Amino acid sequence: MTALLSVDQLGKEFGGVHAVEDLSFQVEKGRIHSIIGPNGAGKTTLFNLITGLYQPSSGGVHLNGRSLAGHQPHELAPLGMCRTFQNLQICMNMTALENVMLGRHRHLKQGTFTSLFKLPALRRADQQCREECAELMEFVGCGQYIQHHASAMPYGALKRLEIARALASSPDILLLDEPAAGLNRNETDALRDVIRRIADKGITVVLVEHDMKLVMSISDQVLVLCYGRKLAEGTPDQIRANPDVIDAYLGNRHSREEATA
Amino acid sequence: MSEAIPHRPSRVRAPAKWPGLLALAVVLLALPLFAGNDYHYDLMIKIALTAAVAVGLNLLVGYAGQISLGHAAFYAAGAYGSALLVQNHGITPVPAMLLAAAGVAVLAWLVGKPILHLKGHYLSMATLGLGVIAAIVLNNEDQLTGGPDGLPVAPLSLFGHELSVFGSYDLFGLTVTGTQVWYGIAAGFLFLSVLFALNLIDSPLGRALRALHGSEIAAQVAGVDTGKFKLRVFVISAVYASLAGSLYGYYGGFITPNIASFTHSIELITIVVLGGMASTYGVILGAAILLLIPQFLTGFQELEMVLFGAILMAVMIFMPRGLVPTLARRFQKEAP
Repeated sequence: MTALLSVDQLGKEFGGVHAVEDLSFQVEKGRIHSIIGPNGAGKTTLFNLITGLYQPSSGGVHLNGRSLAGHQPHELAPLGMCRTFQNLQICMNMTALENVMLGRHRHLKQGTFTSLFKLPALRRADQQCREECAELMEFVGCGQYIQHHASAMPYGALKRLEIARALASSPDILLLDEPAAGLNRNETDALRDVIRRIADKGITVVLVEHDMKLVMSISDQVLVLCYGRKLAEGTPDQIRANPDVIDAYLGNRHSREEATA
Repeated sequence: MSEAIPHRPSRVRAPAKWPGLLALAVVLLALPLFAGNDYHYDLMIKIALTAAVAVGLNLLVGYAGQISLGHAAFYAAGAYGSALLVQNHGITPVPAMLLAAAGVAVLAWLVGKPILHLKGHYLSMATLGLGVIAAIVLNNEDQLTGGPDGLPVAPLSLFGHELSVFGSYDLFGLTVTGTQVWYGIAAGFLFLSVLFALNLIDSPLGRALRALHGSEIAAQVAGVDTGKFKLRVFVISAVYASLAGSLYGYYGGFITPNIASFTHSIELITIVVLGGMASTYGVILGAAILLLIPQFLTGFQELEMVLFGAILMAVMIFMPRGLVPTLARRFQKEAP
């Protein structure tokens, strides 16, 4: 097994607050790697560090053995990394399909003159992209919205649309930031199915999620964060049995006894 | 995956552009039927040229979400640039117009390059400054530009014929006046401006631009170098303004530094906001309305700026999407 993504002694400070501190872990190729932790544990900060939206205060991130230090967010898609957002980042001024087509940006020509004159090669490539993206919308289960405007879609479908857009960039590694937040049980079950099929295509998935049932049922590896530090790492069964994790989520035995007394 | 799912081309076609373009062509061809005299033609030519600038500016404001307060400077640079190239360097008008546009493209690139990778509205500030500088230069460099007195411009020559607004020409057996020919040129220019703008909007480049407005983070994560794309659309919109400015100079035969004024830049922005940001056809209507209003206010010229300001405020308060998108939405809701 080779590490596709490796995080080495990563740290991020916000004015003295250590959002992420001395964090190291590796994500192996083709796995579903989940990151869990209580609110404020630094999960989204970690995602923003990995995807270049924040610059780390210390340490670094390597993708396929290549350092991501100093990379702008737009330089990561060509390296094979794409992500979704906890608070949706959908372009509401575009149709659903165009949002997905945006994901294929790096595969299409954008020459100024080619675009102004709409040359036949561009027209053909764009039509092919349109069909591929429609298929991706079917794949994530929002095919019924292919002809809709993004602003006319319900929340659950927008979450999937964002996954479709990320997939459109043909990533090697996909980072999903709380994809199940705000979804009901049925929608979450459907999402589990989508994530599993993404992994089956050979795409490595890094998942930040609060929904324990979802995390424990699909993850190969689980990393538990607490106050920006690694609390535990292992298979779902190992994590379930880990006393530190139980303490972090439910409070330690001492305070639990006090609470019940 | 592609074998498993049958093709449904009808479901995923791009929305057709030809109905809108056909409607525009019909309107442009039909308008001369209602034009009684040269004064009407003059107005229509000015509306068409201004509308073309607005179509270009709309790419920047309405689609990429950036505001230029100095587009009059690019318009004036096109007008003065081509006029001076013809006058001082003996270049024929059409190549002069293209050379001026290339010069404006370089100017816009130089202004935009250091600014457009910054977040926020720094472009407005820089273009505001550029507009003020352009007006000062045109007023004070009177050796070159004629100063506040203006500059005479040589007429356009096409296929070896000089095109004078006062002349009359034989066109495929029809006798047409110079003004009518000019209407044809202005209308054709507007039509091509719209065609190119629509092509651009519906291309991968256009999607990237619209995404900048929708969610800049989403665009970045998809691999869009946002600064580069803002710069590119800024240059394109400046070239639109330059070409229209050159044509305006050739048509009018005389230009003054007024066309570079801050008032003119504000007028252009008002047209885009009134017609509808991100609505290519809307801004044509906006141009028509804003150029027709002064015709009914001939007695109160000093009120013009007040009225433009009032329109801008009213649109922002009552229909921030602009005239055409607001009305289109209302009709869509009423339709079953």
